[in-house]
Amino acid sequence: MADSPRKEVSMNLSELEISDEEILNSYQKYMGRKAIFIVFSILVLVLAAGLAGSMGQAKITIWDGYAAFFAKFFPNYFSSSWLAETTIWNLRLPRIALGIIAGISLGIAGCIMQGILKNPLASPYTLGISAGASFGASLAIIGGAGLVGGDYLIIGNAFAFSLLVSLIIIGFAARRGATPETMVLVGIAILYIFSAATTLLQYFGEETAVVQAVFWSVGSLDRASWSKVLIAGSVVALSIPLLMMKSWDMNLLTSGDDSARSLGVNVNRIRIYTMAIISLMVSSIVCFTGTIGFIGLVAPHITRIIIGTDYRYLIPASGIVGAILVVGSDVISRNMIPPIIIPVGVITAFMGGPLFLYLIMKRRMGYF
Amino acid sequence: MKLILKDLEFGYSSQLILKKISMELRPSEMLGVIGPNGSGKSTLIQCIDGLLKPKNGSILLDGTDIKGISRKEMAKKIGYVPQTSSRSFFPSTVLDAVLMGRRPHLGWRSSGGDVKKAIKVLRLMGIENLAMNDINQLSGGQQQKVLIARALAQESSILLLDEPTSNLDIKHQLEVVEIIREMVAERGISAIMAVHDLNLASKYTDRIIMMKEGRIVDQGVPSDVLTQENIRSVYGVVAEVINNNGGSPHVIPVKSLRHQKIPELGNFPSKISQKEHAKVIA
Repeated sequence: MADSPRKEVSMNLSELEISDEEILNSYQKYMGRKAIFIVFSILVLVLAAGLAGSMGQAKITIWDGYAAFFAKFFPNYFSSSWLAETTIWNLRLPRIALGIIAGISLGIAGCIMQGILKNPLASPYTLGISAGASFGASLAIIGGAGLVGGDYLIIGNAFAFSLLVSLIIIGFAARRGATPETMVLVGIAILYIFSAATTLLQYFGEETAVVQAVFWSVGSLDRASWSKVLIAGSVVALSIPLLMMKSWDMNLLTSGDDSARSLGVNVNRIRIYTMAIISLMVSSIVCFTGTIGFIGLVAPHITRIIIGTDYRYLIPASGIVGAILVVGSDVISRNMIPPIIIPVGVITAFMGGPLFLYLIMKRRMGYF
Repeated sequence: MKLILKDLEFGYSSQLILKKISMELRPSEMLGVIGPNGSGKSTLIQCIDGLLKPKNGSILLDGTDIKGISRKEMAKKIGYVPQTSSRSFFPSTVLDAVLMGRRPHLGWRSSGGDVKKAIKVLRLMGIENLAMNDINQLSGGQQQKVLIARALAQESSILLLDEPTSNLDIKHQLEVVEIIREMVAERGISAIMAVHDLNLASKYTDRIIMMKEGRIVDQGVPSDVLTQENIRSVYGVVAEVINNNGGSPHVIPVKSLRHQKIPELGNFPSKISQKEHAKVIA
């Protein structure tokens, strides 16, 4: 008698008829929720960008900022003052755009690295790509040595060395019998080597140069300009479709290497292909901003918790969440002790760290 | 689709795990692979799916060596259900997991038709109620059914199953094997199933391949392969084999030959003859 009610419930459930349409409907609703999240996060990003646009010496409200932005495209519909338009377009927008591009790159890079390497700690930072960039920049600043001269000495060096790190990781991945763990361990080893090399450079470097190198390595959007936005932006714009194309293969990887291969995925080729594109994408932003930590780690985790692991949605959503975090952190970094602008990399780490701890505490990261 | 293995060998460095394996899988046939742990059953299955690269020999699918077939083409021909013991899944709905089986047939988007096919397979497996559940919340038996559903959604002509019944209770064991049997009969596909339960193999397969230490020691219809002698020499187990209503043989394990102990005469089951007993002692 005592156990009968429970039994009845489960019997009823299993006998419950469910039509194909009902399943299809609830599936479409479930996919719809993911799409809604993406739309919602785009709105939040627009708001964060507006907020960032309203900050600075010249007093411009959020609405004036938006008007100044759209006046450029639709002069008949939006009117804006000369001051607002020059301030927004020449001073603030490059910074905001670079922040958005950095956030998108790092968010997407982290999301895909965590997936293909099956490791929750994988990110451009933890795999040494940022450390490579820092070393390259330090070499240029302190040693004055580099691959290209002139204005692009530091940037070119940072780009080359972060790419070098990726090439080493990919080289190991292409070897026979390489596992995702191999790639993670190689990345960590490289992180240490380049950190040590950077420290060595700084130890023997001139004081002012060392200060400059340290400032460079703490990620910042202060060096933003339209030409940088254009370069990094076009690389990201090209990379995203190339990565999105492989969403299904990445979905299949979550069910294990053997399953993925038996379902037609060339597992090793996917790892190398995505790593190569990610490296290029990350290198071309990190060389302009320096290392903005934690975005690549935290943004994908937040997004996974909310919309799950379907990479068709996870990739764009992680990018947008990353962009929100960078632009949001930039707003905070300029308002903590104005007029001093704290480097955005410091803020992202300060915000990202506790957020990460919170996620761990809530045990919501049962994906790995 | 016809599958032929010729002198297949697989191994790491000096040690061979599969030795001179020659066998065939006929169209619409359900083939059982039995043998003790470490006899090479899983390795054989993974070689057939191209997941492991054999050292020597060839695997022919309708006359074409699988070396020349791309992964995606292989996925259209062969479906593989891996062992599920102690497996954890990324969170995903059951429907999404089954939809992955459509991957060899899709581009970037899944069409409504693919979703409908996935739902159809779920219904076939009797788990359509679980379509929107997280796969991690299901029982082991239900998870196994999801993986089989995924392989069925793949619409391949050959199904490879690595111990599909391990970790399942009797009801789920029978359900799973019956569904595979029905697929073989209705869809004209063929299946290779590695299995530990000799009686499941006996009851549900057309032919059995018996392996020991990487070799095929016997193959044929269940009644030819599942003999007392074979079971003793391959498993080191004394077993009684009775005829199940004139149908498939039924194996009743008696005891292991662990210490080669001399069994007491009186306790010996009737079917095992004095001669048999003498062999055991020897």
